[in-house]
Amino acid sequence: MSRIAGRFRELAEQGRKALIPYVVAGDPGPDVTVPLMHRLVASGADIIELGVPFSDPMSEGPVIQLAHERALANATSLRDVLSLVAEFRREDSATPVLLMGYANPVEHMGYDVFADAASEAGVDALLTVDLPPEEVAGVNRELQRVGMDNIFLIAPTTPGQRVERIVKEASGFIYYVALKGVTGAGNLDLDAVSEGVAAVREHTELPVAVGFGIKDAEAARAIAATADAVVVGSALVNCAAAAIEAGGDHAAAIDAAGALLAEIRQGIDSIAS
Amino acid sequence: MTSDTSQDLFASVPDADGRFGIYGGKFVAETLMSALAELERLYRGLSSDPAFQAEIDADLAHYVGRPSPLYEARRWSDEIGGARIFLKREDLNHTGAHKVNNCIGQALLAKHMGKRRVIAETGAGQHGVATATIAARLGLECQVFMGEEDVHRQALNVYRMKLLGAEVIPVTSGSRTLKDAMNEAMRDWVTNIDDTFYIIGTVAGPHPYPMLVRDFQCVIGREARAQSLAQAGRLPDALVACVGGGSNAIGLFHPFLGDSEVAMYGVEAGGHGVATSHHAAPLTAGTPGVLHGNRTYLMQDANGQIMHTHSVSAGLDYPGVGPEHAWLKDIGRVNYVVADDDEALRAFHTLTRVEGIMPALESSHALAYAEKLAAGMTPEQMIVINLSGRGDKDIHTVAQIDGIEF
Repeated sequence: MSRIAGRFRELAEQGRKALIPYVVAGDPGPDVTVPLMHRLVASGADIIELGVPFSDPMSEGPVIQLAHERALANATSLRDVLSLVAEFRREDSATPVLLMGYANPVEHMGYDVFADAASEAGVDALLTVDLPPEEVAGVNRELQRVGMDNIFLIAPTTPGQRVERIVKEASGFIYYVALKGVTGAGNLDLDAVSEGVAAVREHTELPVAVGFGIKDAEAARAIAATADAVVVGSALVNCAAAAIEAGGDHAAAIDAAGALLAEIRQGIDSIAS
Repeated sequence: MTSDTSQDLFASVPDADGRFGIYGGKFVAETLMSALAELERLYRGLSSDPAFQAEIDADLAHYVGRPSPLYEARRWSDEIGGARIFLKREDLNHTGAHKVNNCIGQALLAKHMGKRRVIAETGAGQHGVATATIAARLGLECQVFMGEEDVHRQALNVYRMKLLGAEVIPVTSGSRTLKDAMNEAMRDWVTNIDDTFYIIGTVAGPHPYPMLVRDFQCVIGREARAQSLAQAGRLPDALVACVGGGSNAIGLFHPFLGDSEVAMYGVEAGGHGVATSHHAAPLTAGTPGVLHGNRTYLMQDANGQIMHTHSVSAGLDYPGVGPEHAWLKDIGRVNYVVADDDEALRAFHTLTRVEGIMPALESSHALAYAEKLAAGMTPEQMIVINLSGRGDKDIHTVAQIDGIEF
């Protein structure tokens, strides 16, 4: 059983929902990422989603775009991201780590080279925003070879027939995109999300995570009522960036992100049965 | 290769998955996939519908002013002393460039889909102007995304778009040029997918865009082929067009692809020279990768990050290129070459003075390469250059380079 499947099973047994924080590797600095990941775990993260910086992050809103730009200004490459995960793994062998990014850096490294290096580093899964099922065969073969999960997005615009096709390719969990828009957008509609998640569940037994536009404990709590996992990205990235903008150092950014995540954790756990 | 089999080969792309060999495809976020499928379904239905074709043809004739002339540049040809040079005068189209051919087609698709709003990305501003123009005519709301750097370089076109009722949104992310404008347009599209049609200006982006933009631009090559036969009694020996994303080039080349005796040259922007990193020539100096929904040649670094590009012409300042060009390069049907900033500027001045035609800086790259090509050919031979746009928009840039302030 993969680390991700194992984690969802534990949570299900405890009657808890998963919390998945997203941060961009190398933002605000390469030294921050590993201590930040440990803090996120200490603050209630069940799975960590690590953004791989890309020059053209087409699905990201302004907050995460800036995080990508900062990480690239620090010259954080995909190889650096893998090294950061390997470093994280020295102290934490339990928390699943998922990389989320865009196709080109992975394709440029080579799908086979990536799969070997990522698996060696202790990465559990890959979510490539711009590799829909139509384009995923090459990378999927390699991920399967090394036993990594491949996480797919399902959107509010995805018709039932496509959901069927996507869940066949997917493993680990399904990532349901809460809204039509980019990350961090402000048009979250909770009723629509709950209908969307229910529609996905008609086609799969895989856990369903929901992300995009979930900004605070209250929204996370409401989403957790229908989903198996809640992804929080822009809000975390934003509060870490704000701490630095206010004159704080890297430790202050880590504290701010940890505090927000702990609050969201409480929100989610307040619905636990 | 016989003509028949090559015709079949060139008609076989893109395949059902939108691929030109290994290039093309649909590398986009899931939210866009059903919109792309809907667009493809609609387009495949309409493209074989005579009524739709007639609607486009009428607009091209009476609104755009087609056919555009094939003009023999005799004085310039004589001065070079080589091949006869003909200019396909896309600069004479309404709005001043070839871009409008595609906008007419896509705006009609938008209308058929019942969309009330169109968006576009633009570099030099020509595609933005063409989109704003068609939007004004059809009463559609229009927003144009333009890199902040281009907004400054192309102030005249920015004002034209505003006059036409469009809103120009300066894009401040990344390198603040065309590629970032395209990122931002994609982000808008994913957010407003229910009521918005994204009019992509070049033969790049996810399938079906490279196919439908090509189809809408092929009017250039169909006319040029018939005009060559009518005016010169023969097909040209060579075609030359500039390549940024590559829509004017594919439009000229495609109807000739099966004519194996016609050589083709796509001219990329050499910027300060391809030996420097300040250029925009992915086919000449790039490697395959994935950007903006398709696999194609890209300017990228050792880690797969997209590089900043440079060209004196905003419309060529793009790190990717249409996937069909990538395929045509690999199979060797089209030669991809470069002209640098200085060569393009010289050609701009030459054509203006010798023929009284002021070319766009984009088109000037094609002129610069064609001049060298023609010099090595004979007066019995013939070149057709796609004069894809007029140069009024570039006067400010040229004046600045010449040290003139208004």
